[in-house]
Amino acid sequence: MNLLSVQNLCVNYDSIRAVKSISFEVQQGETVCLIGANGAGKTTTLKTLSGLLPAHSGEMMFDGKRLNAMPAYQIAALNLALVPEGRGIFTRMTVLENLLMGAYNRTDRANVQREINDIYALLPRLAERHQQQAGLLSGGEQQMLALARAMLSKPKLLMLDEPSMGLAPIMVQTIYSIIQTIAKQGITILLVEQNVRLALGISQRGYVMEHGEITLSGASQTLADDPAVQAAYLGEL
Amino acid sequence: MNVLDYLKGKAWLTAVLLLLGLVLLPFMVEASLGKSWLRILDFALLYIMLALGLNIVVGYAGLLDLGYVAFYAVGAYCWALLASPHFGLNLPFWVILPTGAAIAGLFGVLLGTPTLRLRGDYLAIVTLGFGEIIRIFLNNLNAPVNITNGPQGITQIEPVTIAGLSLGKTQEIFGITFSSPHLYYYLFLLFVALVVFVCMRLENSRIGRAWVAIREDEMAAAAAGINTRNIKLLAFAMGATFGGLSGGLFASFQGFVSPESFNLMESIMILSMIVLGGMGNIYGVILGALLVTMIPEALRYTGDLQRAVFGEVFIDPADLRMLLFGIALVLMMLLRPAGLLPSKLRRQELAEDAT
Repeated sequence: MNLLSVQNLCVNYDSIRAVKSISFEVQQGETVCLIGANGAGKTTTLKTLSGLLPAHSGEMMFDGKRLNAMPAYQIAALNLALVPEGRGIFTRMTVLENLLMGAYNRTDRANVQREINDIYALLPRLAERHQQQAGLLSGGEQQMLALARAMLSKPKLLMLDEPSMGLAPIMVQTIYSIIQTIAKQGITILLVEQNVRLALGISQRGYVMEHGEITLSGASQTLADDPAVQAAYLGEL
Repeated sequence: MNVLDYLKGKAWLTAVLLLLGLVLLPFMVEASLGKSWLRILDFALLYIMLALGLNIVVGYAGLLDLGYVAFYAVGAYCWALLASPHFGLNLPFWVILPTGAAIAGLFGVLLGTPTLRLRGDYLAIVTLGFGEIIRIFLNNLNAPVNITNGPQGITQIEPVTIAGLSLGKTQEIFGITFSSPHLYYYLFLLFVALVVFVCMRLENSRIGRAWVAIREDEMAAAAAGINTRNIKLLAFAMGATFGGLSGGLFASFQGFVSPESFNLMESIMILSMIVLGGMGNIYGVILGALLVTMIPEALRYTGDLQRAVFGEVFIDPADLRMLLFGIALVLMMLLRPAGLLPSKLRRQELAEDAT
């Protein structure tokens, strides 16, 4: 069953066409990646799905509801969560306050508190620093916090925008193993990455975006073996 | 044993002593400094309410509002029109005060709606314009229909009357004589306590966090499910409501309002209270409001001082006190840029900027 389906989506920045009629879908329970170089329109696509940018034309359906023209806060209420590019944590709020922002639309306080405790057990660095300003955390810890915050909104679909950006290789490994743990819990993930090898490694299917268009799609393993993908993104000639 | 050490951990005792001090304060001020300082104290309380209201908009939500005095004016004129011979109305204060506060809140939404997309300097300019528009309207709404009585303002405004007891006259209660500023002091103190209570509750609430989140990163806040439009409008409305409340109290206390009282300088003064005391911190804002109200008044005495030292007045105290006040603000910005009692948040922010 399609949890998310996008048909002929176009997004413009004034006269610049950033996303040119793309179509793709994400099924319940799978991890799908959207890969491509800088400026391919990946982030624009995610922002449009979150309601942060208006769609010019096309159809976006999530969980049986049409996302077009829906404001961001209503989309968030449908349990579609975005971890934005550059993490988007609230740097001058404490770690705990950041987590509470993830649960902004939830009223089941006891459950939220229990889930926060679970997060602290899983990520002890956040527990140690829960009263500290989030901006004082390292880049990797901030990314963990961003993921944890998104998880507290109980997402049906988790959209991750370049979770590896600006992180040391060892930290990238840690973040990716956390993402895999989340996927194993049955959460559907739409992953946007420039680090193509990593993204194809943890996803079942992938779409390749170039200049605002989807040029290739298929099973992740097939894409990784594709000579064109290898030449363009995996540095193999 | 140190008195302060003794008080530590005895919250109720501290509260009782504080309350006692606040109740006795007007007697002490009147006896030592005279009646004029009692009036200054009353004004200081009004400014605390104003500063706390503006603090919601600027300190929490980070929306720079340079036209805040407009809401003060709306509240004041609401009272003036509903309780003066101008329209021949004299409604009771428990009707006028909420009405004035509500209408001011409505004006807050009215200002907020078109400025939702603006931030920083651009927002400051638009709000500044809004403040001027209100003042100019008040100045000119005396023709063709005389609503505000124009530049002459509205006089003979009714004082607050509670259970037949007029706060505008000297009253004798239990054999103790209370002058009018003395009675108003207690009324204002009550309202300040209310405003402080509301602000404290807001600070650690879901709404308070949403304001800070919008200030930090509006896009991430929207993605987290915050209805950024409504939450911003709520900040404007709440700030304006407090402004309208103090405006109403001001009109009744002063007995006279005119557009002159609501110029840009007032907005700037209220903003400097927040900046001086410590943006986003309730105690800081209260301290800032007290200092900015009292220091310029205290500097009036420089005239007497000049006469005592030099035998004549070289510089008019009115000129000198603004100069000294300006120097004090500049020094403050150099030495304590986050304010006298900064909030955790601001201190963090300025430390980051410095590195």
